[in-house]
Amino acid sequence: MRISYGQASDWVRAFAGAVADNKEYLTELDAAIGDADHGINMNRGMQAVLTKIDAGAQPDVGALLKTVGMTLVSTVGGAGGPLYGTLFLQMGTSAAGKAELSGEDWAAALAAGVTGVQNRGKAELGDKTMIDTLVPAVDALREALGEGAGLGDALARSAAAAETGMKATIPLVARKGRASYLGQRSANHQDPGATSSWLLIRAAAQTFAGSGAGHDAQ
Amino acid sequence: MKKLINDPADVVKEALQGVAAAHADRVRVLTEPNVVVRADAPVQGKVGLVSGGGSGHEPMHGGFVGMGMLDAACPGEVFTSPTPDQMLAATKAVDGGAGVLHIVKNYTGDVLNFEMAADLASSEGVEVQAVVINDDVAVQDSLYTAGRRGVGATVLAEKICGAAAEQRRSLAEVADLCRRVNANGRSMGMALTSCTVPAAGKPTFELGASEVEIGIGIHGEPGRERRELAPVHDIVSMLATPIVEDLPYNSGDSVLAFVNSMGGTPLIELYIVYNELNKFLSGRGITITRNLIGPYITSLEMQGCSITLLKLDDELTALWDAPVNTPGLRWGV
Repeated sequence: MRISYGQASDWVRAFAGAVADNKEYLTELDAAIGDADHGINMNRGMQAVLTKIDAGAQPDVGALLKTVGMTLVSTVGGAGGPLYGTLFLQMGTSAAGKAELSGEDWAAALAAGVTGVQNRGKAELGDKTMIDTLVPAVDALREALGEGAGLGDALARSAAAAETGMKATIPLVARKGRASYLGQRSANHQDPGATSSWLLIRAAAQTFAGSGAGHDAQ
Repeated sequence: MKKLINDPADVVKEALQGVAAAHADRVRVLTEPNVVVRADAPVQGKVGLVSGGGSGHEPMHGGFVGMGMLDAACPGEVFTSPTPDQMLAATKAVDGGAGVLHIVKNYTGDVLNFEMAADLASSEGVEVQAVVINDDVAVQDSLYTAGRRGVGATVLAEKICGAAAEQRRSLAEVADLCRRVNANGRSMGMALTSCTVPAAGKPTFELGASEVEIGIGIHGEPGRERRELAPVHDIVSMLATPIVEDLPYNSGDSVLAFVNSMGGTPLIELYIVYNELNKFLSGRGITITRNLIGPYITSLEMQGCSITLLKLDDELTALWDAPVNTPGLRWGV
């Protein structure tokens, strides 16, 4: 019930695939309340990440995550670049030197990443941002692990909480980012950042549940 | 989508190659990462001025690099903030030993990326100050929004601070001056049509044949209200009234009036706007003592305009009049 370097790398690849598959969708969500570039930007960044991690293995999971973060910081632009970049950089710092991660390691890394995003973007729960997906995901993951759930089960509960959080952004009035300029007009739209964050959390549940990590947990 | 481009993915790169070919006497274009830098940078003993933002607003910012204005500009993808590695490279390229000022428009992405860049530059020993420009009165400024957007006052701040830096004023002085320009400048824009981001391939928003968006942002962000088109006399009143009331600008004030095209509106219409603005301000006892009219902070091919007022005093006027030699603004040389 551990996440190997290969599985962490597969998670990053799965996220890149999900972003590519949903590039148009994310951009449409952004066009409604932002500036119509979230899918384009995230896809450019994650394609650059794939090129980078295909070029050669990193020494450990922490280094892999830091490489992803630095690549996103220098290729995405917008608010997504520093926010997703910080998420991966802080996860990488938390996982520094680790060849594989336990469920607790994974939860600690994700929590560190989400705290980094909060410090950088200063958004709180309910501001209609990626935080609305990520904080419930971390909370559910920790709660499940605390109750003794296996990693696969915990990741599934984390993904479910993330999806609920994402959908809960629909009625919200945005208070951060470009969408906040719309005031009430930002309501009744799902937040694009919350949506890409759900793809990230869902990719973890799918990747790790479909691997040894998930089976061991059953 | 009809545009004079080869490939949507190459728009920024090929435009920068054009800038490099056209203006090699005044600027150098660095690649990987993309930075437009003054040909003679770094200027020893002078505060370096760095700005940047998404592309699609030309001539801002790359067209304002040169003597008397910016030392470097960081162009992002179209309507997308540049990245910290660009800003760090720009900061190091223009550091002449007197520190570097980052002039940042208030957009979440620009602010976050410039903050990361300032952290990186500081850790490499470069003294950096940042001033965030937020002059757009269309946006409610409150704890519950990202705050007012940075628009037309950015152009004026870059010109005025550039002149002050040429006089070898200190980083603290130039930063204070930048905050003063921001504090005395207010703007509001409107759109007649949308624009199309090359990578998106379709208009950012839809406006009916006779609709206008009052309070538009420079990326096509919606503004205060969508309404039927009206004579320009009324449109100018809708833009200028909230500007004048916000600061406020009072009878007896002297102002710089900046009438800007969003990219697709021709100069003939800008002069009609200017004429109405002049009458509007005269009626309130406000005197236009300097003006700037033309496409300087654009939104691709969007039709529409923005109005920026800057309350002037003798010092700001003298700095505005000082020589400038950039591809986008040039006088006194």
